[in-house]
Amino acid sequence: MNLHEYQAKELFRAAGMAVNPGEVADNVQAVREIADRYGGGVVVKAQVHSGGRGKAGGVKLASGPDEAAAHAEAILGMEISGLTVEKVLVCPTEEIATEAYVGVLVDREGQCPVFMVSAEGGVDIEEVAATNPDAIHKLRVDPRYGLMPHQAYRLATRLYADPSLARQGARIISQLYDVFVGNGASMAEINPLISTTGGEVKAIDAKVSIDDNELFRRPSIGALRDSGSEDGADAQAREAGLSFVKLDGNVGCCVNGAGLAMATMDLVKYYGGDPANFLDIGGSSNPDKVVAALEIITSDPAVEVILFNIFGGITRCDDVARGIVEATERIDIGVPIVIRLTGTNEDLARQILADAGFTAGTSMDEVVQEAVRLAS
Amino acid sequence: MSIFVDENTRVVVQGITGRDGSFHTRQMIAYGTRVVAGVTPGKGGRDFEGPEGRSVPVFDTVADAVAETGADASVVYVPPAFAASAIMEAADAGVSFIVCVTEGIPVLDMTRAHALARDRGSRVLGPNCPGIICPGKTTLGIIPGRMVTPGPVGLISRSGTLTYEAVHHLTRDGLGQTTCVGIGGDPLIGTSFVDCLSAFADDPQTEAVVMIGEIGGTAEQEAAEWVSANLSIPVVGFIAGRTAPPGKRMGHAGAIISGSAGTAAEKTRAFEDNGIRVARRPAEISVLVAEALGR
Repeated sequence: MNLHEYQAKELFRAAGMAVNPGEVADNVQAVREIADRYGGGVVVKAQVHSGGRGKAGGVKLASGPDEAAAHAEAILGMEISGLTVEKVLVCPTEEIATEAYVGVLVDREGQCPVFMVSAEGGVDIEEVAATNPDAIHKLRVDPRYGLMPHQAYRLATRLYADPSLARQGARIISQLYDVFVGNGASMAEINPLISTTGGEVKAIDAKVSIDDNELFRRPSIGALRDSGSEDGADAQAREAGLSFVKLDGNVGCCVNGAGLAMATMDLVKYYGGDPANFLDIGGSSNPDKVVAALEIITSDPAVEVILFNIFGGITRCDDVARGIVEATERIDIGVPIVIRLTGTNEDLARQILADAGFTAGTSMDEVVQEAVRLAS
Repeated sequence: MSIFVDENTRVVVQGITGRDGSFHTRQMIAYGTRVVAGVTPGKGGRDFEGPEGRSVPVFDTVADAVAETGADASVVYVPPAFAASAIMEAADAGVSFIVCVTEGIPVLDMTRAHALARDRGSRVLGPNCPGIICPGKTTLGIIPGRMVTPGPVGLISRSGTLTYEAVHHLTRDGLGQTTCVGIGGDPLIGTSFVDCLSAFADDPQTEAVVMIGEIGGTAEQEAAEWVSANLSIPVVGFIAGRTAPPGKRMGHAGAIISGSAGTAAEKTRAFEDNGIRVARRPAEISVLVAEALGR
């Protein structure tokens, strides 16, 4: 789950970090008032779950309240990467001397948190990694000891030659680690971390992603979810406990298991079709899940056919069959359903489906080809 | 031969009295796995009733179970909030092979669990994995026993049901297996492709290996290089997620393309550049294995 910049900054402040001030607003008048209160120049920043906000015109400098209001007018309601901007963050401008990058995420290979810092901040760090990898300094953290003070200081000295700036930087790096661990994040990033002409180090941007698996024990973080920025189908899938990703095609897919679900999409493409979605109904074969899955898939008007691919191991094919029958009784599907079932209790499943007028194949290849044919 | 475990492996089930734990313990016992103990805190001293009147003693702690029964492997069916702690308990009790089926464990919990397991010299399989099955000998986890059969193929996979799909074709085509290992769909897993490949390389009965990968991370690329440098038997690969969009988590927590890294195209290229033939469809896996074995 991604947090907005203003939410991430609240977590930073709660950890005692030096962060530039800012207030969030969802209308032009409020932006004008905030800018008026700060006096002087401000920056108006779109709060949207997307990188490249600046390039998309979602971050604008203003010399005073009037200009800030004009920018807010343009930014609020703007679309960035398909997401509508509902809120902006208004911050006083800073006298920037240097811009650095500081980030921490989980390193798959090292199986531990890893810090990445670079004196070349304020730009896309993936670009720095590609063009000038030596400018990025990495440090793996043993999760049992946490980030030790000397490690934070060493990282900071990669950013600042000046001892006062390095001390402030080390403090912020330690606080970033506290935010990362204390909130169950999978990534926490400051880009840029600035030093001002007055010799202060502070975060003027913030990006935090929370590990979805942590949310069960962090209700206050879960409450930060911006459901307005979430697609309706995504929200419904999340509530039903389904893994769902919307795609652009017309073959709706309903599969048990993530790997098989991906392989099914790939096979649709292989036979010349286009998958409409990734959907894993998981190991459970609760009919309610099947109903929710069918509701989500059929809410996409592009879908021309629904393809079930069930390999019963732990999942019992007869349970899924009951779910399909029940779902088609409860909701109007409106498009053909093709079904592949094999594995645990498949004979019983086939009987249940036959009684309801469905047939089910056993070969993944044959059934996918049938679905592609019906969709074209 | 089999890798990591065999018919003599003595298994303790953590979470034996839970819904999933009890169901799969019965399945494992029915298959022939030597389940010697169960652990559920607060339920020590009872007996777990297995199939055909075979009962299993339940202990409060893994250390007690190991002391009383000599268990040397464990299977963890504990909910996500407590699963990392269950892995650490098993490692601390000296269990050398720990299978964790649980999906949804916080990643930071797993950084600590993996660190402790490494310190104690325990191998963790998973988490978020279907487990390991050695056809005709033993099974630890949830892979259904009836779809496998003994034979010369070793199989390694990040996915559960896709493993079943591949094994189904292999078995149907008369290509039995030495061991099938599900290494798990999480970003931080205890046993990698390379760990399994290295074990298969030391097993004279494994004549070919199937590697089923998916998008996310670079484990397949590392495995491909290892194969090219170290393995003399043929390897057949499959990569799921060719149609997956970047930046979206495809069910498994580890199945996400970030930046240019971890795409199916990149992994397929790494396989092919290192002499691994890549099946384009799951059904083609067993065809390529048969060709590689000259059958």
